[in-house]
Amino acid sequence: MEETNTARGRYWQANLRCVGVLLTIWFFVSYGSGILLRDWLDANFPKIGTAPFGFWMAQQGAIISFVLILIVYAFWMKKLDTQFEVDEEEGR
Amino acid sequence: MSQDTWNFLFIGLSFALYIGIAFKSRAASTKEYYIAGGGVSPFANGMATAADWMSAATFISMAGVLAVDGYDGSRYLMGWTGGFVLLTVLMVPFLRKFGKATVPDFIGDRYYSKAARLVAVICAIFICLTYIMGQMRGVGVVFSQLFNIGIPLGVLIGASIVFLYAGLGGMKGITYTQVAQYCVMAFSYTIPAIFIAIAMTNNVIPQLGFIGEYTNSEPAVPFLVKLNQINADLGFSYYTSGSLSRIDMFCITAALMCGTAGLPHVIVRFFTVKNVKAVRTSACWTLSFIAVIYLTAPTIGAFARVNLIESLDGKNKEELPSWFAQFEETKQMAWEDKNGDGMVQYRGPEKIKAGEENELTFGKDIMVMANPHMAGLPQWVIALLMAGCIAAALSTAAGLLLVLSTSISHDLMKKVIKPELSDKEEIRWARGASLGALLVAAYFGINPPSTFVAKTVAFAFGLAASSFFPTLVMGIFSRRMNKEGAIAGMVAGITFTLGYIIYFQFMGGTKDQYLFGISPEGIGFLGMFVNFIVAAVVASLTPKPPEEIRELIERVRTPGTNS
Repeated sequence: MEETNTARGRYWQANLRCVGVLLTIWFFVSYGSGILLRDWLDANFPKIGTAPFGFWMAQQGAIISFVLILIVYAFWMKKLDTQFEVDEEEGR
Repeated sequence: MSQDTWNFLFIGLSFALYIGIAFKSRAASTKEYYIAGGGVSPFANGMATAADWMSAATFISMAGVLAVDGYDGSRYLMGWTGGFVLLTVLMVPFLRKFGKATVPDFIGDRYYSKAARLVAVICAIFICLTYIMGQMRGVGVVFSQLFNIGIPLGVLIGASIVFLYAGLGGMKGITYTQVAQYCVMAFSYTIPAIFIAIAMTNNVIPQLGFIGEYTNSEPAVPFLVKLNQINADLGFSYYTSGSLSRIDMFCITAALMCGTAGLPHVIVRFFTVKNVKAVRTSACWTLSFIAVIYLTAPTIGAFARVNLIESLDGKNKEELPSWFAQFEETKQMAWEDKNGDGMVQYRGPEKIKAGEENELTFGKDIMVMANPHMAGLPQWVIALLMAGCIAAALSTAAGLLLVLSTSISHDLMKKVIKPELSDKEEIRWARGASLGALLVAAYFGINPPSTFVAKTVAFAFGLAASSFFPTLVMGIFSRRMNKEGAIAGMVAGITFTLGYIIYFQFMGGTKDQYLFGISPEGIGFLGMFVNFIVAAVVASLTPKPPEEIRELIERVRTPGTNS
């Protein structure tokens, strides 16, 4: 549907891929390990310190992962901006 | 020095700092008033957004909720932080590129319609107003406890201070005061946590103590095992296992996340930085600063629960610590010796079923407020905590006030009613509107419509998730979405959510009538899908948006272009 032949179109496609990958991880660390698979992870995964894995993900791990996701997003998009030459001029 | 002197000193100093900063950076143009001139550094904006985001309720009550709910409380931890991921990858960089001052601005232009703008303005005002009432109440309660004055006077003092720097200083004024407020909040939240972690687990870092060993017993046991044991002994369910159904837990977390991403006062904070790249960096800083407090909250909740129970349960009158009397006096804790054995018994549902009685009740706020007392910390730490609490309420109130005043001056007056308004007149309108909004908020802070406020604040998220969030996302990610679809979607989503909430909260709906077992707190998640589906169906039956809108979307999607 989206046009893929222009530079802008390709930039947008690359952006969508980045967002898709990061949101998959986002879903997995929060809803996945903190809620849906929690009981299984509690029982079968190694403990974090003395805390069950799923419980720890829900109370601490998810938040730490969110911060990492945003750091990756900032660097990934910066790279795309340069690659597709849609970089902003400084001071604008 | 007495505790009162310390409190006066810390709160007085922090107020002098806020007002001094606001005076130095007061706004002269609408651009400064609305978005601080657009040149705030990503780091400073990150701190300001974090302060803006964390309200008095988060600051005081969240640890208490976690202490009582255990695992179930994770919905707030994940919901209120994960929303920032959605906000950052789906919305704010694009809205910043669009380059206007408010959220209704984007909706009005993107959906080429005054009606859409009007719906957005009404949603924004409704969400912000319910939210700010709770803040004013919070300030009033803290003041009245501190200085033994009535709550009304406390609310009025808080309102005047917010007006002084938010109403007059605009976004530029509040940005730099929020930076200072964040620092006060972060210190006052983490310092007591560190002390209590050392006392209970012999670990300087609370997050490590949380997953470490409880060292006050021989031999040392894992801290969470100890906590589960205490809970089970008193008849509560295990701390690490929840009681909410999985689908409800899922939906509430999702509603909180999407709601976070749709709150106007958070979105506009990102309009204050220089460009799209700065938005992304700023979002990293914001979430890091928020994480400092959100990663500490579960540790405070868990430590305080163990500490509270260990120092009260099974003790007689002589053995009770001195702080217990203080909190009894302010009615935050109560002990009623029901079985007349002269000892405190704190019991959970399982034991009560077995015929024992619970004799101890306490408010959820107690976990944070009582922590320094329980850990025997010096008086200045308690004063710092009070200052942090007021900072949390003031910074959120200021951010909300700004959205309220700009909604009226910019979106309503300038864009709909009186387009010929000059820059100077617009600011005057904004200041007038902020005074008006503050008076309304102060009135409801003094006379809260019973439990209504507390409930609506939680549901403001559901409403934001079912109205703003889908409409903004579709506005950026779908070129086909037109005004008919957007308006129909917003109206359908918010009607569905509001109807469900009103039915179950105010018209006596019962638990077994829940749709798929989802409580009203999580229904915003379904409301969001209603919005998406209705919008998609209506849009497919009505004409495509005009060519210039497709141009606008292209421009919003690409950072470095002006065409």
